[in-house]
Amino acid sequence: MSNPYLELNNVQKSFGLKPVLRGVDLTLNAGERMALLGANGAGKTTLLRILAGLIRPGGGRVTIGGLDLREQAREVQRRVGFVAHQPYLYDDLTALENLLFFARMYALEQPRQRAEALLQRVGLGKRSRERAGSLSRGQLQRLALARALLHTPDLLLLDEPETGLDQEGLALLAELLHEHQARGGTLLFTTHDLESAPGRCDHVALLSRGRVAYQQEATSLEREDMLRVYQEVAR
Amino acid sequence: MSLLNQTWTILWKDIRCELRSKQMWAGMGLFALLVLVIFNFAFDLRVDNQAAVAPGALWVAFVFASFLGLGRTIAAEREHGSFDRLLLCPVDRKAIYLAKLLGNVLFIGVVEIVALPVFAMLFNVPFAAAGLIPIVILGTLGIASVGTLFSAMAATTRARELLLPILVFPLIVPIVIASVRATGSLMIVTTNEPPWLGLIAAFDAIFLSLSTVLFEHVIEE
Repeated sequence: MSNPYLELNNVQKSFGLKPVLRGVDLTLNAGERMALLGANGAGKTTLLRILAGLIRPGGGRVTIGGLDLREQAREVQRRVGFVAHQPYLYDDLTALENLLFFARMYALEQPRQRAEALLQRVGLGKRSRERAGSLSRGQLQRLALARALLHTPDLLLLDEPETGLDQEGLALLAELLHEHQARGGTLLFTTHDLESAPGRCDHVALLSRGRVAYQQEATSLEREDMLRVYQEVAR
Repeated sequence: MSLLNQTWTILWKDIRCELRSKQMWAGMGLFALLVLVIFNFAFDLRVDNQAAVAPGALWVAFVFASFLGLGRTIAAEREHGSFDRLLLCPVDRKAIYLAKLLGNVLFIGVVEIVALPVFAMLFNVPFAAAGLIPIVILGTLGIASVGTLFSAMAATTRARELLLPILVFPLIVPIVIASVRATGSLMIVTTNEPPWLGLIAAFDAIFLSLSTVLFEHVIEE
């Protein structure tokens, strides 16, 4: 762990009286990929929403690229791209207008060129003038990926990114993530696919009841061990 | 990116979305016109009671029509993922408030532009437009500044349509009273009237400053 890009120390979060994260500790080096596993309600989405700057942690410390999330939230957000369950797009704007809007919000140079290039890259070039509200679930997911990659983030947070994607979409997702990593980008994604997750990442972490119950490098991972722990903690 | 640029970008997006959906303007405009027509038929308007009734009818129409729009701007943002779409971006939260406020002022303003000539015609009120414009602008700004803040708070609740008027009405009472009296003073020359326009401006300044500061805390948790 020589060059940690993402560090979480004792991160906690409660909604009302209900604790969701009870002290999460994680470290991820620059350029590495981590799969975050866990049963429904384990706190995966809450953790990603904290890292994306959408909600504040109740306690603990998060640093991203050496920046404290609590103190330098806006600066951190410039470095983070987030694909959530919701596409975070505006139904009444076209695909191009959506990307143009977010490009301007990130104060990108030449926003139109960047938006058009990304629409081509995710296979929506011909649908750039269609409203987001008229796109299919899979097309919206592609557009959401384009939105998240628009500002070339260092850290990409993906919450079950395969949702709604067909085979071609899944191949595109793999390509985009490969390109992100080739640029030196760091990746943290959640998934319920226990079988394929270790093959798509460098580290696997298992979240259970708001804590990291299991963490292992993917290369040294004993799949049976992970499945056994998952079965135990998911109960 | 400056606060002004961020505000304009969000406002541009809101205007474009509203022009496409047409959900807000149409409802607000129809409601305002309906109120004016009903008041016109409900009261026996003579020259001696015109100044007492007409300003009240005008501001009832404006205030109630405003509430339709105030609830809508923030609720539209809350659909499909709450404020997350905007909060995800590295923008000053003040820019979000100012854009929503300007959007509300613009949407209410358009309704007022449509409703004012109808009001003048129905109530046979020949008052000078130049005098009414600052009253309407400042009154609308006051209602929108409080309304934008509280609609963000109410939008997280299930009973937002009920909660918004309950929260906002008590706060905007001074603005509404001052606006009604200032409008009335345009119709009948009165002496020893307080400086209503100055009062509205003072309330606007207070509400605008407080709302701009508080908005960040309201939308982030």
